[in-house]
Amino acid sequence: MNLNGISAIWQREILTFLREKPRIISAAINPIFWLVTFGAGLGSTVNIAGINYQQFIFAGIIVQTMLFSSIFYGSYLVWDRRIDLLKAVLVTPLSRQSIFFGKVLSGVTFALIQTAIILAFGFFIGISYTFASIGLVIMIVALAAAALTAIGLTIGSLMTSPEGFQLITTFVIFPLFFLSGALFPLENLPFYLAALTAVNPVTYIVDALRGLLIGIQYFGSFEIISILAAFALIANLIGIQAFKRMRS
Amino acid sequence: MPIVETFNLTKKFGKITAVDSLNIGIDEGEVFGLLGPNGAGKTTIIKMLATLLEPTSGNAKVNGFDVMKKPQKVRESIGIVFQEPSSDELLTGYENMKLYAMMYGLPKDEIKRGITEALELVELTERRDDLVRTYSGGMRRRLEIGRSLIHKPKVLFLDEPTLGLDPAGREKMWDYIGRLVKELRMTVLLTTHYMEEADNLADKVGIIDQGKIVIIDTPKALKRTVGGDLVTIKTANPNTGALKKLAYVKNIKQNDDQITITVENVSKNLQELLKVVGKIESVEVRNTTLNDVFLHFTGRRIHEEGGNTWFDKIVQESISKS
Repeated sequence: MNLNGISAIWQREILTFLREKPRIISAAINPIFWLVTFGAGLGSTVNIAGINYQQFIFAGIIVQTMLFSSIFYGSYLVWDRRIDLLKAVLVTPLSRQSIFFGKVLSGVTFALIQTAIILAFGFFIGISYTFASIGLVIMIVALAAAALTAIGLTIGSLMTSPEGFQLITTFVIFPLFFLSGALFPLENLPFYLAALTAVNPVTYIVDALRGLLIGIQYFGSFEIISILAAFALIANLIGIQAFKRMRS
Repeated sequence: MPIVETFNLTKKFGKITAVDSLNIGIDEGEVFGLLGPNGAGKTTIIKMLATLLEPTSGNAKVNGFDVMKKPQKVRESIGIVFQEPSSDELLTGYENMKLYAMMYGLPKDEIKRGITEALELVELTERRDDLVRTYSGGMRRRLEIGRSLIHKPKVLFLDEPTLGLDPAGREKMWDYIGRLVKELRMTVLLTTHYMEEADNLADKVGIIDQGKIVIIDTPKALKRTVGGDLVTIKTANPNTGALKKLAYVKNIKQNDDQITITVENVSKNLQELLKVVGKIESVEVRNTTLNDVFLHFTGRRIHEEGGNTWFDKIVQESISKS
């Protein structure tokens, strides 16, 4: 572990992120667009357990944003490998593990920045916060983003060419998102959906955030925390192994 | 003892043998040029020496460290400039150097001093705070050379350092690398498919073709093995009998009113040679190039510029059909 080296990777990712204006703009606009159109549009006829739909999916949109950006950020590695950017890092004495953690840390940072933007927008749709809820949201988001970025990095290190990049949306992100209860409540689901949502770790991220932000929580808090901690741990362990085996 | 040494180093990709039982040794302070066409296996060799690629069989040592057993130590000992740009476009030159140096775990003051020196060396001090996006191809290559020097590596790998530069930029870069080598007395392994480049920069040249080293020697000695320089003389009635008696004349080819003579040490012997030939209309002297050497040893010409892209193949096929 080389803290200076991890910091170098992190600084590099943050600096390039801040200088890529289109990335920042879309990171800020996309979730708001969802809330305003989908949330308000469907919300005009739908309310869930007495809560307006826009507020109901608020936690789901935070997770959606994090899901897309963390997994894409991680799997973007396959592009870095194609152009020689990553090779220059791989020939330094910095260990693969340190490079991996630098990247995960960056993924977490991006997720936190985006979450902050969405939380600020939450004021306009009537979400109320306490210091405690914001603190816990930050913790959950950090833990979840660490897991999701690790999944992205695993995919990126296993892929041999960027051609299959679009498939990630279809086969990884969409299933994780639509089977998470981000857009619907977990009560009264048909049997197969209940089973699929229960084995999807993303479900627990949504549930945790929804509990913290609007007080609707399906699973127990202890259950959620243990599952998310295990999710992050396992995803990172797998990711490190994949990263170590990756050929440049 | 050589600072870079390979022992039957071999790399296979499926059925293709990219590098075939390579045995080379590079002494400290030497500039070694690997010369060969695209696809000869040059980059694969560098990748194996830089621990980016595992050899299929055989082994190599860099700065005394085994590339398979001590990759970390090898990485600390080397600097490398890749064929393709590997700097971040959205970072400034300074940031590129600083973040890279941090990955080597250098202390802060050493990083600062190293960058100042490196920027000075590659003449980019004035542009240090501009985004790399605004640099020209040559500047970017220079930045990457500078970046690879900050941690004071023992061995520098330059993979096609002038690829993609225009002729003027190429000559400047040669100047540049030549100066670096002289000032820092660094051991350099350079790959190139430009004959003049190897001739200009390398103390020793290894000619590589289809993954195999064909011959290794100094550029001078290599040119000598081909037999000497060519003197082409236009004359109506050459005195070939007298020419054949001269010891330094190696070969004579006659074709109409023109004869081509292979001569050893032409600068010393030309005057006498011209006296013997008879009445002369015109004379042309051509020094042996590494191009001739490559042709001599492989029976083929080297492709000067990316001769085996899919586009070239299509063009060549359509030409040969018509």
